[in-house]
Amino acid sequence: MRAVFAIPYPLSSILAGKRMNVGLEHYLIVSALLFALGLLGVITRRNLLVMYMSLELMLNSANLTLVSFSRFNDNLNGQVMVFFIITVAAAEVAVGLALIVALYRKRQSAHVEDLTSMKY
Amino acid sequence: MATDILFYVFAFLTLACGVFVVANPFSRNPVTSAMFLVLTIISMAGLFVLLHAFFLAAVQVLVYAGAVMVLFLFVIMLLDLKEEERRKIKKLSLVAGLVSVGAIVAIFLRSLLATNPGKELTNPTAVGDTATLGKMLFTKYLLPFEIVSILLLVAMVGVILLSKKDFK
Repeated sequence: MRAVFAIPYPLSSILAGKRMNVGLEHYLIVSALLFALGLLGVITRRNLLVMYMSLELMLNSANLTLVSFSRFNDNLNGQVMVFFIITVAAAEVAVGLALIVALYRKRQSAHVEDLTSMKY
Repeated sequence: MATDILFYVFAFLTLACGVFVVANPFSRNPVTSAMFLVLTIISMAGLFVLLHAFFLAAVQVLVYAGAVMVLFLFVIMLLDLKEEERRKIKKLSLVAGLVSVGAIVAIFLRSLLATNPGKELTNPTAVGDTATLGKMLFTKYLLPFEIVSILLLVAMVGVILLSKKDFK
C-alpha cells in the first residue's frame, strides 16, 4: 500500500520546488484530461450534435498523444499517422452529420431520448 | 523558459474551452459549444507548434477549425434546435458519467505517473515541417495516402446519397 500512495515523479519534483521542464508527461496529462472531458460529454449530454462534438474532442486528444510521443521519441511516423487521422475524421464528420440531418428529417428531433425505436 | 509558460497557457486554454464545449453554465445552445470547440482546436494547434509539429498545426487550423467546424455550424443552423435548450440533464446520468469518467481519469493518471514514460527522453530534435512530412507521405506512406484519397471519394458519394431528398 505504501508504494501505491507514494507521490510519483512529476508531482513529487513539482512539490519539492525543483524546476522542471515541460516533458512528455505534461502533454499526456493534458491529453488524458481532454479525453475524459469528451467522454463526459458523450455520456451526459443528450443532444446528438453536442455528443458528436465531444467525440471530436476525444479524437483530438488521441492526436495530441500521438504528436507528443512522436516528438519525444524523435520519430515522425506518429505525425504522419495524425495527418491520416485528421483526414479520416473530416470524412467521418461529413458522413455523420449527413446521417444526423437525414435522421432529423425523419423524426424532427436531434435528441437521443426521442430515438428509441430500437430499444425494446 | 518561455516555451514552458506557453505550454501552460495553451494547455489551460485547451482544457477550459473543452469544459465549455461539454458543460457551458451560461448557455445550452449548440452554437456556443461549437464556437468553444473551435477555440479548443486552435489552442491545441498552439500545443502542436510547441511540439514542433508545424505542418500539423496548420492542418489542424485549416481542416478542423475551418472545414469541419463550418460543417458543424451549418448543420446546427440547418436543424434550428431552439426547443432543445429547455431540457434538463438527468441527475442519474450526470452522476454515472462523473463516476465513470473519474475512474478513467484515475486509471490514466495513475498509470502515467507510475511509469513516467518521458523521464529519459530529453532534447528531442525531430521537426515536423512540411518538407519532411511531405517526403514521408510520398515515399514511405504512398499507399495509405492513395487509399485515403479513395476513402474521401467514397465519403463524398455517401454524403451526397444520404442527403438526397427522397432518402429511404
